[in-house]
Amino acid sequence: MKALMFGWEFPPHILGGLGTASYGLTKGMALQPDMQITFVIPKPHGDEDQSFLKIVGACNVPIVWKDVSWEHVDYRIGRQMHPDEFFHYRNNIRYDFRRIGTNELGCVDFSGRYPNNLLEEISNYEAVASVIAHAGNYDIIHSHDWLTYPAGIFAKQITGKPLIIHVHATDFDRSRGNVNPEVYYIEKRGMDAADHIITVSNLTRNIVIEKYHQHPAKVTTVHNAVSPLEGADEFTKTKRKDKIVTFLGRITMQKGPEYFVEAAHRVLEKTQGVRFVMAGSGDMMNQMIHLAAKRNIADKFHFTGFLRGRQVHEMLAESDVYIMPSVSEPFGISPLEAMQVGTPTIVSKQSGCAEILNNAIKIDYWDIDAMADAIYSIVKYPAMYKNLREQGRDEVNRITWEAAGLRVRAIYDKVMSY
Amino acid sequence: MKTICFYFQLHQAMRLKRYRFFEIGTDHYYYDDYANEAQIRRLSDNCYLPANAMLLEMIKNSNGKFKVSFSLSGTILEQLEQHAPEVIDSFKALADTGSVEFLAETYAHSLASVYDETEFRLQVKKHSNKIETLFGVKPAVFRNTGLIYSDEIGQTINQMGYNGVITEGAKQVLGWKSPNYLYAHPYCPKLKIMPRNTKLSDDINFRFSDWSWDQFPLTADKYINWIAKTPDDEQLFTIAMGYDALGEINRRESGIFEFFKALPYQAMLNKIAFATPSQVVTERKTTDVMLSHEPISWVDDEKDLSAWTGNDLQNEALQKLYAESERVRLSKDRALLYDWLNLQNSDHFFYMCTKHFTSGKSAHHSPYDSPYEAFMNYMNVLSDFLQRVEEQFPSNIDNDELNPLLETINNQEKKIVMLEKQIKKLKKLTPPAS
Repeated sequence: MKALMFGWEFPPHILGGLGTASYGLTKGMALQPDMQITFVIPKPHGDEDQSFLKIVGACNVPIVWKDVSWEHVDYRIGRQMHPDEFFHYRNNIRYDFRRIGTNELGCVDFSGRYPNNLLEEISNYEAVASVIAHAGNYDIIHSHDWLTYPAGIFAKQITGKPLIIHVHATDFDRSRGNVNPEVYYIEKRGMDAADHIITVSNLTRNIVIEKYHQHPAKVTTVHNAVSPLEGADEFTKTKRKDKIVTFLGRITMQKGPEYFVEAAHRVLEKTQGVRFVMAGSGDMMNQMIHLAAKRNIADKFHFTGFLRGRQVHEMLAESDVYIMPSVSEPFGISPLEAMQVGTPTIVSKQSGCAEILNNAIKIDYWDIDAMADAIYSIVKYPAMYKNLREQGRDEVNRITWEAAGLRVRAIYDKVMSY
Repeated sequence: MKTICFYFQLHQAMRLKRYRFFEIGTDHYYYDDYANEAQIRRLSDNCYLPANAMLLEMIKNSNGKFKVSFSLSGTILEQLEQHAPEVIDSFKALADTGSVEFLAETYAHSLASVYDETEFRLQVKKHSNKIETLFGVKPAVFRNTGLIYSDEIGQTINQMGYNGVITEGAKQVLGWKSPNYLYAHPYCPKLKIMPRNTKLSDDINFRFSDWSWDQFPLTADKYINWIAKTPDDEQLFTIAMGYDALGEINRRESGIFEFFKALPYQAMLNKIAFATPSQVVTERKTTDVMLSHEPISWVDDEKDLSAWTGNDLQNEALQKLYAESERVRLSKDRALLYDWLNLQNSDHFFYMCTKHFTSGKSAHHSPYDSPYEAFMNYMNVLSDFLQRVEEQFPSNIDNDELNPLLETINNQEKKIVMLEKQIKKLKKLTPPAS
């Protein structure tokens, strides 16, 4: 079975959880022997792991016919795409996209990030999708996240193949309810056009059904998993006098950072020997620094700034407690990563991952008392720490992308039999 | 003659309220009064009252030939006295028929038998006194929390004067042997052991309203026929379950009451009798000894202690609790002693069980969302409780110093009596100086 997937990020150059989930899922699905995946992203860097799928960079696919030589193409993009493939795509340009600004190869220079002209990039990506759809022969089209829905729809219209929409997040999660109508329009159009919708949690599934008015039978939850962490034992915990409680993620409204500060205040009112760390950066960071100062806990409350790569796991492993008090989190992969390195985890009930975790403490994001209580229990009662650490690690090691991949495959088989 | 020995268990833990760590040291009241009252009222209305009325009628209609036995923990007796005294009255009416027996157990439905022998003896005594005050008879046969039993526990209760005990007919101790006999303790031959027939008990308790069971629906004649068809020398059928099997686990609409009402007649047709445990223990002879080195219980498939002591959470909570038992017993503070008993309810530890995650079974009737929450809440309460103990008996006096002190205090009365005797003796020996 040949699947054409549209995505926006792919490791190692990722900006959020979408890239991690795309990688895990495709890797899990590639274990099925007859699965061939072509994964389109706006701008590959050339160092992506292509051992189990084929990556196509949208920035290397021509959408306007330009007379260029084989050698020039090889010189420009040869490291990422074979020139023959480039010319094959060029032969499949069926529409006039000259209104779109292109380079001398006839390709669009995508940023591959989330720039200010994001809507323009989305529509350019759609144009690229048409060329790819004409050039190849695929059995199914799979779009990851709203940025790629228009591309998926266009590809479906061209090929007549079924379209799967994979909802990693909705605008209701990002905005605490104040949705951007343009984003909502794109999301709704994608879901309406889809043959089936995959959501990463039942929480998201409910939003899709209630806010986007989709038929429940059309929406299936496939929970995310976590890739096995290589060398998980290498991350060690330094012996410290004080216990470390960590918040890690974008410091933004969706992640509920203020509840973490308030809970820290509650804990510190009563206890000694606990320190709080807020790792990451974001638009609410200064506000949080002010809040910590106002609550008079700044001496026990630390900010690290943005962490990347290995630093993330190191920070998690050094912590005694990891908290994700997200107000609305479609899935939330980082609690699973914390559990991989043996850190007891507290997640909000408004997070999708809470649906599949047993050995984590679940609280309502607004329930500061419960959060403080959970922190206190983990740092004060050794059995709590030990049990969450050991059983949590075992549990998370049982959650595999391979199983998630099989569930996605079952959906493919179902829609293809329509 | 084949004999059925019915025994029903009544116990409800004192549920703890949501107790946050910032309340430690400030709030010393731990119970969720509303939940406890609602629970007792619901059980009384659905189960205890209608079931007691039915049993009373059955006993009267059979001229006292239908017999049952009960075990009521001290914890539930206190709650019934408070929230549903009419249930106590209906038990008194049952007790007056003479066909009903009340069994001995630990007052707080605790795990003291495993963790603290002194506490265990005290609780059994306290429970026995409570039963005698309420129903006028001293219990003669013992059953432990969750039917926990081992050779050691058997020895202890035998020393306390009990000659019979009900326990689980667990595969790991019985092996190929049938539970339908009376067994003896390996080195206290006076103690007779009645193993529960797990299958026949669960047929009523768990499977009676299970539509997917191949024997559904279960009728009285079918059930009695199973018993009648057993080999002739299998004579004793100990069928035990929680009393909430009547009306709560199996709803009234399932026909559970009609099933019970039909049992005596069907039994009579098949020449099967009913007996109370003390009758069984006094009238019957043992066939063999039952060895049980490791404790067994009636819980889950494992039939061991793992539901209460299977993980680190439970072990920490239990150890913290029982580490202070000597000090608590020193105290005369009634509120402290009351909390001490309630905190020992085995249910609190049962709620912390994590093995049901993997076995797929839901944690039974837990008021908490997860075992971790159960642990957090319990430990916060326990921390406050231990602080109160610490205030009365500071820990800077360590147990080595405390022990002689304790001994002196415990023995002071005996010593006074002894010294008085000596004085008298001496007075006799030395004639008063003229």
